[in-house]
Amino acid sequence: MINDSREIRRGTLGAVQVRFFTFDSLKLESGEKIGPVTIAYETYGLLNKDKTNAVLITHALSGDAHAAGVHEGKDDPGWWDALIGPGKAFDTEKYFVICSNVLGGCKGSTGPASTNPKNGKPYALDFPLIGINDIVNAQKRLVDQLGIEKLLSVVGGSMGGQQVLSWLSRYPQKLRSAIPIATTIRHSPQQIAFNEVGRQAIMADVHWKSGNYYDGPHPSQGLAVARMIGHITYMSDKSMAEKFGRDKKDAGEHFKFTADFEVEGYLRYRGDSFVKRFDANSYLYITKAMDNFDASGGRRFDDVLRGIKVKVMVISFKSDWLYPAYQSKEIVRACKLAGVETTYCEVDSSYGHDAFLLEVDEETYLIKHFLKKIFYAYEVTGDYGA
Amino acid sequence: MARKDVQLDHKLIMDLITPQSKVLDLGCGNGDLLYLLAKEKNAHVHGIEIDEQEIYKCVAKGLNVFHGDVDSGLSEFGDKSFDYVVLNQSLQQIIHVDKVLFDALRVGRKVIAGFPNFAYYRSRMQMFFLGKTPVTGTLPYQWNETPNLHFLSITDFKDYCRSKDINIEKSFYIGQSRRVFLFPNLFAQTGIFLISKV
Repeated sequence: MINDSREIRRGTLGAVQVRFFTFDSLKLESGEKIGPVTIAYETYGLLNKDKTNAVLITHALSGDAHAAGVHEGKDDPGWWDALIGPGKAFDTEKYFVICSNVLGGCKGSTGPASTNPKNGKPYALDFPLIGINDIVNAQKRLVDQLGIEKLLSVVGGSMGGQQVLSWLSRYPQKLRSAIPIATTIRHSPQQIAFNEVGRQAIMADVHWKSGNYYDGPHPSQGLAVARMIGHITYMSDKSMAEKFGRDKKDAGEHFKFTADFEVEGYLRYRGDSFVKRFDANSYLYITKAMDNFDASGGRRFDDVLRGIKVKVMVISFKSDWLYPAYQSKEIVRACKLAGVETTYCEVDSSYGHDAFLLEVDEETYLIKHFLKKIFYAYEVTGDYGA
Repeated sequence: MARKDVQLDHKLIMDLITPQSKVLDLGCGNGDLLYLLAKEKNAHVHGIEIDEQEIYKCVAKGLNVFHGDVDSGLSEFGDKSFDYVVLNQSLQQIIHVDKVLFDALRVGRKVIAGFPNFAYYRSRMQMFFLGKTPVTGTLPYQWNETPNLHFLSITDFKDYCRSKDINIEKSFYIGQSRRVFLFPNLFAQTGIFLISKV
């Protein structure tokens, strides 16, 4: 919790548009090739003349390119709208903000639901296995295409944070700073286990049909269950207790296993709404990419980072048990050992892993000041005592 | 911030530090000292601080700061990673003093330790005449709310350094608002020591 929230002000971005960038082919880390590749992306604010004000936002598992503002005729703001816009943490009056949908995703970028040029049908399981590094390589193509030599920062939470670490370890020369939030160098067995249960739920759905469901009913129940498990891991014991308690839903028609408790209704609602916007095969591919990722590439992470000139700010949240603070501290420790300039804050939050989307004031304060220092390239700010 | 507004202990510590040094402040609080060192000495500064609110203040000043406790924050640094490690008004709050101090002497070429003097004459008088745990300017807490774990005097610290083969290179003593030169263990509220390993 931050006591000092004087500087936090909010403006709206208004209507935004999704754009598409297509390139011939991408060589994957597995050695396979995929092409053509389309990446859906959105940008907010204006790129300055020197192209020094670009910030890349990387999204989490269920996110997409729509990070801020609203699409014409709709009223759902982007997933990090609280942080991106005029006067916000990522001040669009100052910075040029880019967010793209990940490779393998289902919100405009090439993924298993896209058409396979070889047979004109959806890829389904013919889509090659991808990794976080491949996702980042596709992003890099986009950043290059936009003519940006060096990003002011790359920022993301959870799986977005994994992408940040991939950028940091593989393209440090393209970055001035990096902000990995609520993330890890590599998944723990517990994190892999939760993802595996989600995948099993999808694959156990009769409609999954080894991924070939695009011309019939989708494995919605399996995907909904996967999402329900996910949501449990995103919250904390405390935040669930505060949000639902043991409250019962309205008395309606009952059979033995209706959703009696508020929390049951919530999970079902979350599961049901997720299947309307997400592809089950994408869920399989992306969770696998997260599980396989290791930012250290099998070396010591501090050896990987040694000598890089990127400034890093790591943020974690106290009640996050899915990506616990000790994992963020491992990143910090490696940075320290490698002599990388690093700031670390463990925000006292009860929201669990979801905190990275919800603790707006704290993140705004930290990010705003950190970016300002990077952008103006000074070591210490002048507003002493503020 | 005008130089005259600087706290006397900060001023003395600043004078000890050579320009462009690498400095680690253990228990850096709101970052005032690190900020001064960065501004006036062009020092490369890092802080470790346990209080989240203080972290925000440090970040607002553009400082590099690690949120964590001093007791576990040092082991990751290599030998002689810093020119100076500062423990100003945090020494008395550390659980494992020996470990932290020796780690500090390992990762820093020199250590600057500042702490409140428990044998200050007003403390002695409160103990002797009132029979109460002293509350003074540098020891402002009631017994039940103090964050301090160790109550040491200037003499205690000197004895300690002697017994542990720690070399005291310089020392400064501060009374209520100015430096003390005579009988510091009686008249100083604060002692500041520049130490190194023999």
